[in-house]
Order: sequence, then structure tokens, then C-alpha cells
Amino acid sequence: MNFDFTEEQTLLNNMVTSFVRDNYDWETRCSIVKTEEGWKQENWSQFAELGLLGVPFSEDHGGLGGSPTDLMIVMEQFGKGLVVEPYLPSVILAGGLITNLGSKEQTDQIVPKIISGDQRYVFAYAEHQSRFDLFDVKTSAAKDGDCYVINGLKSVVFGAGAATHIIIAARTSGDQRSKKGITLFMTEIGSEGITLQNYPTIDEYRASEVIIENLKVSKDSILGKVDEAYDIIEEEVDKSTIAACSEALGILEVLKDATTDYCKNRKQFGQPISKNQVIQFRLVDMMMEYEQAKSILYMAVTSDLSNPDERRKTVSALKSRMGKAIKFVGENAIQLHGGMGMTEEYMISHYFKRATMIGVLFGNVDYHMKRFIELTQSNIKKFEN
Amino acid sequence: MDTAFSEEDLKFQGEVRDFIKNNYPQSLRDSINAKRKNGKDLSREDFTDWHKILGKHNGWSAPSWPKKFGGAEFTPTQKYIFEQECAKAECQYVMPFGVNMVGPVIYTFGNDEQKEKYLPGIVSGETFWCQGYSEPGSGSDLASLKTTAVKEGDHYIVNGQKTWTTAANHADWIFCLVRTDPNAPKPQQGISFLLIDMKTPGVTVRPIYLMDGSNEVNETWFDNVKVPVENLIGEENMGWTYAKFLLAHERSGIAGVARSKKAIERIKQIASSEMSYGEPLIQDPAFQRKIADTELELSALEYTELRTLAKDSSGKGPGPESSLLKIKGTDIQQSLTELAMEAVGYYSNPHLGSTLSNEFVGPDYAANVAGTYFNFRKASIYGGSNEIQRGIISKMVLGL
Repeated sequence: MNFDFTEEQTLLNNMVTSFVRDNYDWETRCSIVKTEEGWKQENWSQFAELGLLGVPFSEDHGGLGGSPTDLMIVMEQFGKGLVVEPYLPSVILAGGLITNLGSKEQTDQIVPKIISGDQRYVFAYAEHQSRFDLFDVKTSAAKDGDCYVINGLKSVVFGAGAATHIIIAARTSGDQRSKKGITLFMTEIGSEGITLQNYPTIDEYRASEVIIENLKVSKDSILGKVDEAYDIIEEEVDKSTIAACSEALGILEVLKDATTDYCKNRKQFGQPISKNQVIQFRLVDMMMEYEQAKSILYMAVTSDLSNPDERRKTVSALKSRMGKAIKFVGENAIQLHGGMGMTEEYMISHYFKRATMIGVLFGNVDYHMKRFIELTQSNIKKFEN
Repeated sequence: MDTAFSEEDLKFQGEVRDFIKNNYPQSLRDSINAKRKNGKDLSREDFTDWHKILGKHNGWSAPSWPKKFGGAEFTPTQKYIFEQECAKAECQYVMPFGVNMVGPVIYTFGNDEQKEKYLPGIVSGETFWCQGYSEPGSGSDLASLKTTAVKEGDHYIVNGQKTWTTAANHADWIFCLVRTDPNAPKPQQGISFLLIDMKTPGVTVRPIYLMDGSNEVNETWFDNVKVPVENLIGEENMGWTYAKFLLAHERSGIAGVARSKKAIERIKQIASSEMSYGEPLIQDPAFQRKIADTELELSALEYTELRTLAKDSSGKGPGPESSLLKIKGTDIQQSLTELAMEAVGYYSNPHLGSTLSNEFVGPDYAANVAGTYFNFRKASIYGGSNEIQRGIISKMVLGL
């Protein structure tokens, strides 16, 4: 039993930590989110140089062949710096789908370009009515000779404005909520038939509504098998959920530490407010929430993710528990900072907002709690009296 | 024990309902809805239009004030009915700084000239007030405030900085706590209550942006501001007494029961419109339970407030129990903003009103729900944080 990082992982951790420290101080980060694009191409090039864009990809394609723990290391440090470049939606989520479903020809062609930073893919899955159900897909793809014609509206696609390509989940058969009948199509963002409505999100990231009108794509653009994408979508979203929770953990650490420091320094009634027992106990509770969140994340990254039920169970346990920690640590970080915590000027509010929105991403506490219950509370034997 | 409305009360309820129906301007409703949808701050007119209409109607803008000062002098039951009806019709609330705060201080502790000068503008809504209490180093520990007022002839010279000044960017006047005796044996004893015209040279307002991007609060700076001595309320160095009186008034309205009832209705509507697991979200047992939990808490709080009001009308004053209304009321408000955010799922993400985009996306009811959740974290901080309120109850009610 050992929870230490390997030597390579320590190097990776140090590298990402120095990147955030040297290139992502608070002023720099604030200036990036105020630009039209909301991310910085130079940072992306630097990710490429540092090899970060290759972390999850196989060594055959020039990647690092990284494990979930490696991705956790990257995302946790990104969380600490509130790095806004779309690493999670493009490298981890879309990259994961391409690796998992792509033909040899497709991966040989695409993966090196992702690793070099020349191409960024994003995955359009959510629709308004689908909420967090990945199989609830209305967007349709109708066969037309050797091509498909796609129509639909995808909601809140993170990082689409920064992407070169998009992967669209569309229904090729079955009912709106059927797990069978979903197919993935890849195309360039600029293709005729795709319109993006870009907007900033409340936590200063970027997302887009993707309007798809008579988008014509050839059958070569299909990723994986027709009608059979669902299981892999679920798997890759689960893996991305672990990455999102890793980012959240980094954020919670900042919130917890900054709040503890603030309470030690903020004086009211002639003494630091940390001298009040109510404040001490609250800080202790925040620390315990953080440790519990960290533990369940470590449980997830070390579990057997190749076993689908094991993966579903551990990911839902993680996301649900992390959501609870985000609420407690986040809300109390603001509360203990008082009015200062409410302001845009002070960095703590930005960490709180990002953590809260990660709470929604890929399913909130209730959604994952329900999924966890379904996997852990069915077919239980009763006592035989 | 009797909680039923009398025939007279029911008649009054009808009267209020009709008045709102016939007099609340559609243009104001449209203006506020458009701003909420686009994440824009309300204008001075948005805050005062309804106030002005109420001010012309038997002093309805000042429900608790005595008639001799131009108020409505509602009974506690009438006040309750009035608030319920205004919330049900989603009327813009009347800003509390004039009517609920400085007004009662002026008619209780002010002299006749002051009453004559200030009260009419508060009732009519012509004069916009803000509150100068908190300072950067003096939040929960308000008595440690450092803004000074030094008497020079017939003026005070005021220097210092106030913060979290809500609506200072719209205000004509500010009521301030200032230090007039730096050598008083206790910090509470050297404080005075001063009214300052915001147009006086040396007053500077700087916006503070909150995490949802809104500009509700400000920094207000005083640099050698000359304030006539006749702007002092009551006696010099007695300001703390008036401030405590005022804080009790601030707390009595803070439960926000009627508004929260309306918010629950709205959340139920959102949850009926949103799909979850292929069915309306309102059929999801986990979500149902959370709505019901909040609704039960609110029902209890409504009766806690009524009990407090009944006690108040019998002349005993709202007392430290009103801290309970503040804590529970703001807990509920915060839960409700969280439920609304949760209900809309991914559409809580778009940041409307950002300078980077004017496009509106998502369903109308999802507009700015996350911003509202973030904004309402203030509720457990302002008006004496909920930790401070618990301290008041433990000391004043339980005698700990």
C-alpha cells in the first residue's frame, strides 16, 4: 500500500506546478479571461512543448501513455491556477473518444496533431432536454447515399470556440432515449451547416451553443461504429469526470488554505477572528471535507476503470462526494471571508465559482447519487428469519 | 390564539390587490425583467418608480410609520398582508435605507426641523438614501469604525472611508456613523449619527463589483467633507444607541418570507419545465424532497415571524429574537437560489450581461440563476453576519 507518486509523476507534478507558477499568476489569468477568445494560444503551444497535450495518448502516437493518476496530477495543478485553456474538454474528453473509438487510420492522422497542438477537438453531447443523460439525443443524422445529414441543437459545449474540430453525438436509429442508435461524427468547426453561438460562462470559461442545420458529412467522418457509440461515450465522460474532480480538488485546497490564512489575519474585536471557536471548528470542518474529497479521488484513480460497473460506481461516488465538499468548502470560504469574499476583485470568489460549476459538469450530486444507489442497492439479499 | 384574517383584513387585502393591479406600471415590470434576463444592474428609476407611486397613496411606501409623519401606520396584520400581496405580484421592493432605517431614526431621535426636512422625501421616494456603516477594518466589529468628524465652527469635517455602501451610486444622501470622540473610554461611546449630502465636495463613490458582475455596493470616501452641524441626529456621541435601534429595524424585515414563497412557486415552475431522467424534474423524488424541506422551513418561519410581529405590536419591541428571523430567512433565501441553479442544469453556465457577449442563450427562466446563487451568498454576511446573529441570541436570549 502506497499513495506516493512515482518518480515520473513527481516530475510531471513539478513541471505543471512550475508552469502555473511562472506563466499563470493571478494578473495574467485575469487578463486572459478578459480577451475576446478567453484563452491563450501561446499557453497551448507551451503545453505542446512540455508534452502536456500528449499525457493521455499512447507512446506510439508520441504521447506519454499516462494513467488516470497522471491526468489527476495535471488537472489538480490546473485547478490551483484556475487555468482556463480547454484542456479537459479537448485533450481529455474529445481525445479520449478519438483514442477509444477511432480506426487506426483516424488515430494515426488525428492524435499527433492534437499532441502537437495543431488541432483541438471538442465533444458536443448535451441537449436541453437531456440534462445529464448522455443517451438522450434528439440531434438526428439521416443517411443520404454515402453521406449523413445532421440536424439539431447542442447545448453548452465547453471550449468549442477554441476548437478546430467538433465531434457530434447524433441519433442514427432508435428513440430519443435509446442507448442504441447513437453515432459520433467528426467535422471541422467551420463546416457549412454548423453555427456557433459563443459566450463566456459565469466562471469565466467559454462555451457555445452549437446549431446544426443540414450539416452534410461523409461516412468517413464517423468515429467508431454506427449506432454503437453510447458505451464509449459513457466511459470517456466517466474518465473526464475524474479529471474534473481533480481540478476541483486543487481548487478546494486553495479555498481551504486561503480561508485559514485570512481568518488568522483578519482582526475584529481586537483579535484575529480565528480565535473564535465557531471559526476554528468551521475551518476544521472545511479541512475534513477537503481530506475526504481527496481520499475518494485517490480511490477513483486507483480503481479498476476497465470494469464498467466498478468504474460507474467509483466515478459516481467521487462526483457526488466531491459535489458535497465543493458546496461546503466553497460556501464557507466566502462566508468566512465576509464581504471581501463576495467581490470580483478578490481571487477567492473566482475559485468558488469554478468549483461550483464543476459541481454541475457531467452530472450534479443528485444525479451521481442516484446512479451510485442503482449500482449498490439493488439485488440485496434480505435476512432469512 | 387566532390567526384568521378578520373581515376588515380581507377587505384590506382586496384593496391592496386592486391597487397593485391598477397601478403597478407594466413598463417597470418590462424594464426589470429585461435587465434580469441580460444580467444588467437596475437603474435609479427601477428602484424608485414603484416607491413614488406608493408614496402618493396614503403613505403606503412607509407601511409602519405613524400617519403624522406621512406613513401608512398599518397594523402588523395589514403590514403582513401588504408584503404578501406585493411579493405575489412581484412588485419591485422599496429600498430599505430611507423607509426602514434612517426614517424611523429621524422621527424617533431627530428634531422638528430634521423631521420636516427629510421625512417627506423619504415617503415620496424623491430622496434616495444609502447607509454608511461598515468600513474596511470594521465589519462585524462595527464599533471599531475610524471615520472621523471633527467640529470646526458650525461644521463637522469628515474624513475616512465607508465600504459595502449599497446603492451609493444612486443615492442623494448617506447616513453615517462617525467618530466624534476618539478619547471616549469605550469605542461605542465616541460615535455620532450624521446625515451627509452625497453632492458635498470631497465625497467620492467607487464601484465594487461582486462575483456575479453586479455593482450593488460601493466604496464611499470622505476627504475633508464639510457637513453642517444641524445634520447631526440626536446628541453627539450617542450614535451607537441610534445605530442599535436601527439595526433592530433592519433585522425585522430581513426574513423575506413573502418573497421566498414566490421564489418557491417559481422553482416549482422551473422544475416542471426542465426534464430529468426523461421526465419533468419536479417528479424526481430527490428534488421534490429538497423543495419540500425548504417549503416546510419557510412555513415555520412565517409563523415565527408572525409571533414576533404580534409581540412587537403589544409594545415589547422586536428584541433580539429578530436575529432568528435573519438567520433562518437568509438560510432559506440561499437554499432557494441554489435550488433554482440546480434545476436548470447546464444552463446555469452562461454568463449573461458579460461585457464579452450580448447574446442570450438558454430558456428565459434560466437567466442568471447561477449569478443569483453567487450573489446571495451575501445574505448570510450582511446586516450582521449569521455568526454575529447567533452570538446575539446566545448572549441576549439565552444569557450564555
